[in-house]
Amino acid sequence: MKLTRATLAKDLRLEWRSKDAINSMLFFALLVVVIFSFSFDPTAEESRQIAGGLVWVAFLFAAVVALNQTWARELRNQVLDAYRVSPAPANSLFLAKAFGNFIFVLMLECLMTPLFIVFYNLRALGPAYQLPIVAVLGTWALVVNGTFFAAMSLRTRAREIMLPLLLFPISIPAVLAMVEATTSILTGEYSARFWIVLLAAYDLVFTTSCLLLFESVLNAE
Amino acid sequence: MKRLFPVFGLLTGVLLSYALYLALVVAPTEQTMGDVQRIFYYHVPSAWTAFLLFFINFVASVVYLIRRNMKADVVALVAAEIGVVFCTVVLVTGPIWARPVWGIWWTWDLRLTLTLVLWLIYVSYLMLRRFSSSGQTPQIAAVLAVLGALDVPLVYFSIWFFRTQHPQPVIGGGGSIDPRMLHVLLINWAAFSCLAALMFWSRYRLEVLKREVEDTQALEALLETPRGSR
Repeated sequence: MKLTRATLAKDLRLEWRSKDAINSMLFFALLVVVIFSFSFDPTAEESRQIAGGLVWVAFLFAAVVALNQTWARELRNQVLDAYRVSPAPANSLFLAKAFGNFIFVLMLECLMTPLFIVFYNLRALGPAYQLPIVAVLGTWALVVNGTFFAAMSLRTRAREIMLPLLLFPISIPAVLAMVEATTSILTGEYSARFWIVLLAAYDLVFTTSCLLLFESVLNAE
Repeated sequence: MKRLFPVFGLLTGVLLSYALYLALVVAPTEQTMGDVQRIFYYHVPSAWTAFLLFFINFVASVVYLIRRNMKADVVALVAAEIGVVFCTVVLVTGPIWARPVWGIWWTWDLRLTLTLVLWLIYVSYLMLRRFSSSGQTPQIAAVLAVLGALDVPLVYFSIWFFRTQHPQPVIGGGGSIDPRMLHVLLINWAAFSCLAALMFWSRYRLEVLKREVEDTQALEALLETPRGSR
């Protein structure tokens, strides 16, 4: 746990000084929002129907930008190899990286949500207090798998392109759940409860399995 | 074993032609759909075979993660490859059948979507194997296969709920099936399983040989380097 905190603090400090990940994510998400806004040009009623999808697609793409950078800085100067020979448990490294990405993507969401509201004229007709729950669970679902697959794609050629190829198929149920939950809250037509439960189950299954399997990915030789 | 291979190949050929004859000639014509329905004898057995192969892939991956056995890795790879082939057959024959019967090529029905998502997951598995550097491939591929298999129930529930929420008039499924049709279906399934087993066998031998050649070449290269550098 101490190790997790140390790695997390290091990553946050690096990010605070360089602001690489958050800047590139923010600008990327902004571009996606603007382009979607042009290409659909929706009315308030329509935008309530499609906003759930748009928001999450934008966040998903932007998250990939950040996730790709997760492990890159550990490759320089063989930091990752040093970590592998050290007695430190692999999982604390994984958790630190996952929490770091979680914080970045949540920050991005907090900054982008007002923009979405402005561009798409949004107002939730359902219970709005559920939105943060969906955001937290959904972000964790993306980030825990994303961090894991980013570590996996380190071992491949064409690393940057490999991450979405691995992440998107597996994330389909999570993305479906996020989009449907958000849409149901925005339109207020049906309850989001099933989708929130599904997201929680997804988080549980994949957090556990990632923690169990991370060691064999880190030490794959 | 080696001598059995052509015999098995011949048997599969005979069985496949017999199954084709049954499906096209012997099986009764379906009342409402007509002859189009005969695609059923290819569609369904392919689906069963593909699912079976994906399951083999999952089991072999788990075995590999526990035992680090090279053969388990080859089995996983080969099962995924042939599974994707059969799954592609399912996804191609499905719309061909659906168009004249339902009037649409595709619908986001539970089974269709589940098959598509499975196909996507296993294609990404094969991509990963293709792109990763050789020594680490088995391990990370096995990890991905396990995660992919864990994903299947979640996909199932999400799509099930997605569809029950927006009901659609699809598939006059359920009901009973003419026993003669069932008979033809089962023969076809046997033929397709034999075909899959045949492909599996030859692909397995090829992959094992390929790895042996690679190992030998690597060893030779190792032995030669010192002489060259001196």
